[in-house]
Amino acid sequence: MSVDTATVAKIASLARIKVDEAAIEAMVPELNGILAWVEQLGEVDVTGVEPMTAVIPNTLRLRDDVVNADPLTGGDIRDKVLANAPAAEHGFFGVPKVIE
Amino acid sequence: MSEYRIQGATGEWEVVIGLEVHAQVTSNAKLFSGAATAFGAEPNAQVSLVDAAMPGMLPVPNRECIRQAVRTGMAIDAQINKWSRFDRKNYFYADLPQGYQISQLYHPLVGEGALEIQLDEKDPTSTKTIGIERIHVEQDAGKLMHDQHPTMSYVDLNRSGVALMEIVSRPDMRSPAEAGAYLAKLRQILRYVGSCDGNMDQGSMRADVNVSVRKPGAEFGTRTETKNVNSVRFVMAVVEQEAKRQVALIEDGGTVVQETRLYDPDRNETRSMRSKEDAHDYRYFPDPDLLPLVLDDAFLEECRASLPELPDAKRQRYEAGLGLSPYNAAALTADVETARQFEALLASVAKAAGKGEADVAKRVANWLLSERPGILNAQNIPTDSPKNSIEANTAIVVATEAGTISGSKAKEIFERHLTSDIDLAAEIDSNKQTTDTGAIEAAVDAVLAANADKVEQYKGGKEALFGFFVGQTMKAMQGKGNPQAVNQVLKAKLG
Repeated sequence: MSVDTATVAKIASLARIKVDEAAIEAMVPELNGILAWVEQLGEVDVTGVEPMTAVIPNTLRLRDDVVNADPLTGGDIRDKVLANAPAAEHGFFGVPKVIE
Repeated sequence: MSEYRIQGATGEWEVVIGLEVHAQVTSNAKLFSGAATAFGAEPNAQVSLVDAAMPGMLPVPNRECIRQAVRTGMAIDAQINKWSRFDRKNYFYADLPQGYQISQLYHPLVGEGALEIQLDEKDPTSTKTIGIERIHVEQDAGKLMHDQHPTMSYVDLNRSGVALMEIVSRPDMRSPAEAGAYLAKLRQILRYVGSCDGNMDQGSMRADVNVSVRKPGAEFGTRTETKNVNSVRFVMAVVEQEAKRQVALIEDGGTVVQETRLYDPDRNETRSMRSKEDAHDYRYFPDPDLLPLVLDDAFLEECRASLPELPDAKRQRYEAGLGLSPYNAAALTADVETARQFEALLASVAKAAGKGEADVAKRVANWLLSERPGILNAQNIPTDSPKNSIEANTAIVVATEAGTISGSKAKEIFERHLTSDIDLAAEIDSNKQTTDTGAIEAAVDAVLAANADKVEQYKGGKEALFGFFVGQTMKAMQGKGNPQAVNQVLKAKLG
């Protein structure tokens, strides 16, 4: 598997990241290097092996349905949530107008 | 039931419909964080660092959300997958701080199931089974407001991370009526199960409507998807408008494009949203932050054991066990809240009257379905008014059932109870209808004596006057005469 300039441009556009053409040109061989390196895994015979998505032999832990049980993962922290926003007004995040 | 067909210039067309319904799971906290889910909070007040996608935050699923999705799956007889997994659906938009939605594409929690719709309310045999392909669990996105600022859109992330079930039907529906019946039935089941409140006007349930047309029996045509339709009526309108549009387009030499559309209720038409071919390139992959979700037998058993009696079973029991008419059984089971009220009042009345539930079911059903609503409506009193208590309803129905007061007195007393402070028991007592033949005879004699001319006319063949005599007697007795006894005495006296 390898990518060309068009593919890189498309991925950048899907992620809404602005990349100029020179940077794309530079990125193509870099990404292809990474892909080729990962592709070495294709040499391993995995016939009959279940695809694995996690390396930890464990299953998912579930949380109880309690609001704000742990302050680190609870709400009611609007000031903290908005603290790093470039624009915040009336309790909302402000973003460039995205109406279509 | 005749088949639904669009009449085109080239003949008849059949419409094929599939629905993807997003239902908000009823839970206190969000799917992957401890922030609250309640409707109508201040903007961004119910947002945790997880929901705002701050770096380093890890999602941990809420057990209750998983449980509710499993219970919903069981209610539609679906396969429950003890092993499922979450995937990332990548797209970039201002309402999605993570840059991806955590969803389930490859291994959903719930597999194939089905539900049965009834196409004609009056015909219990007019049923059709609609297949359900899957139910998966995913995060909701935030909300954008475009009209509050000249150059900016405002973002409220309160909904971001709230748990949704996406319930995907098979393309088994063939008419607007079937699509509407499917959505209504699904909503009914979700409300019975308690996994979603079904409040469509608050966005708790919304449907993506997939529509295509074909010549009857031909291959499926290209479908369009109309997004976020939020009522049964609108779903039916979308199917109708979209099918007509596609037929006209094809017959005009055009081709249906697979695209996303929006419904405009004001103009009753669907409109194309931007059709960027990129839009559906979601680049799904398994979410590395989340291990596989594995459910054990004890969890599944609890889910099954906690399922309530479902609407179809309840309706059958009301007919077979309680002897109610199919119409009344359907009306009482249509919504879980109505059924709950009926069963509570039924138990209370049966206990107070010392009778079996089946013996009083018809009277309770009639009271709830036809008599009480009339009074509440006329007085503009909400069903949940404290005056409309189960005790007051029980007292009235039991007194009617025992023959203590007449049906019309019952309504009259209940109305007065709702609108003023009366002692209900004393009021019932003082309005007792009498079966005392002596008192009735005396009243009848007085009425006949005062209306000798009408008695002559009656005897001369004008039998319609019988009702007049009944009315006069009841009036003379201030409504307390037992109607049957009055009829008997009158018949005897008039010969």
